[in-house]
Amino acid sequence: MTDRALVVVRAGALTTVQDRGRPGHAHLGVPRSGALDGPAAALVNRLVGNPPETAVLETTLNGCAVRPRSTVTMAVGGAPCPVTVDGRPVAWGTPVRVPAGSVLDVGSAVSGVRSYLAVTGGVAVEPVLGSRSTDLLSGLGPPPLTDGTVLPLGHPVGPHARVDVAPHPAPPAELVLHVTLGPRDDWFTREAIRTFTSRPYRVSAASNRIGLRTEGPALERALPGELPSEGMVLGAVQVPPDGRPVIFLADHPTTGGYPVIAVVRTLDLPPTAQAAPGTPVRFIPVRRR
Amino acid sequence: MSMRVLPVGDRALLVEVASGDEAQALHAELLRRRAEGSLTVGEIVPAARTVLLDGLADPARLASELTATELPPAPPRAREVIDLPVRYDGPDLADVAAHWGVPEQEVARIHAATEFRVAFCGFAPGFGYLTGLPERYDVPRRATPRTAVPDGAVALAGRYTGVYPRSSPGGWQLIGTTDAVLWDHARVPAALLSPGTRVRFVPVGHS
Repeated sequence: MTDRALVVVRAGALTTVQDRGRPGHAHLGVPRSGALDGPAAALVNRLVGNPPETAVLETTLNGCAVRPRSTVTMAVGGAPCPVTVDGRPVAWGTPVRVPAGSVLDVGSAVSGVRSYLAVTGGVAVEPVLGSRSTDLLSGLGPPPLTDGTVLPLGHPVGPHARVDVAPHPAPPAELVLHVTLGPRDDWFTREAIRTFTSRPYRVSAASNRIGLRTEGPALERALPGELPSEGMVLGAVQVPPDGRPVIFLADHPTTGGYPVIAVVRTLDLPPTAQAAPGTPVRFIPVRRR
Repeated sequence: MSMRVLPVGDRALLVEVASGDEAQALHAELLRRRAEGSLTVGEIVPAARTVLLDGLADPARLASELTATELPPAPPRAREVIDLPVRYDGPDLADVAAHWGVPEQEVARIHAATEFRVAFCGFAPGFGYLTGLPERYDVPRRATPRTAVPDGAVALAGRYTGVYPRSSPGGWQLIGTTDAVLWDHARVPAALLSPGTRVRFVPVGHS
């Protein structure tokens, strides 16, 4: 048995394996999946000397704890949180050497939602359609971690970074989402479009990797009836019958039948991964480039 | 074929046509262009009346190109027909027979005599929306969805037939069962059915 492995001591509320996902299979009903905060996942990989597409762990709100069977370098980024090794505080956002048998604990997020844990060599579970990502919608990829899960690790490819503190955007106090209207904005009243682009919303606690749900004024339809199923993109703002916008994130369904009022600019999506329930949301319409 | 090209964000286009047949023709044409190298795109996702093109470098230019295009009227026929063995033993056979206004055993005969085509996929990996039954055989979804539909269930909803690749909640009317493996990610290709595939249901055992 190899000692290049990580034992999960505390799985946390929801910890999954994530890389860049499996785009290119939407026509078969396969969601793209992948780390919600892609830049944070790439940064922690860089800190431990991994290529940016290497699989990391994505935690939700209360972190996780792992014990490597051999000495490895790890880095925690994304949502800021206390990090300890065998109970002693170590730095967040920098490479940390963790001796074989020691426990690295990713604590509860101080702000933001999802912390990312990279390990030298990466999490080396069996890929599915070219990706190791857990897809919570379709069930592809490894299941969410449970206590006692043993994760194989890959072999290191490069030296870890020599930095004290890596620059890292803070989780958003307010989520400002630039959107281009359409493709189905004509399914809504003029008043609904005005409401959508001027009134404040809040992040709902019912949000997950499939979609960021919002609370706020309901958007009224101009057209009744059902839209035949159509293809959905990352960042699509779908409006279900309750009238509250839902922003499609990485595990979103590939087709859907509720009208998409607008699409969030790609650059604005990583902060959605770190917007805790209650965070104010504003939708700012922009012209298509 | 009249097309409406709708921009979707900064990187995608949704091309809307008048019917499911036109969507299939458009899909076939776009796949042909990608294969010959004249279209560079991340995803081509057909659906009921649309084809989504996602991951485009210059959607505005492609939009004006597409609106100036005349598309061939019918899709080229897919090469192969996939035969799915089926036992017509579903719990909703009587309800479907009532909707169709035929005796119960006629449901199996009509369904098995139809050649289907995968219009598009969605809902779950490997789940195809199969068209082929005439409009008069449309059926509504069940008023109360089942919490667990078994994998391999052959089901109807609206104008579509589908096969559940794995056990999941579902509101479709169940008419039969197949042992065919619709999705196996260790297999190449993982999905037995993909958009454009022709499908026949072949009764086995008692119906």
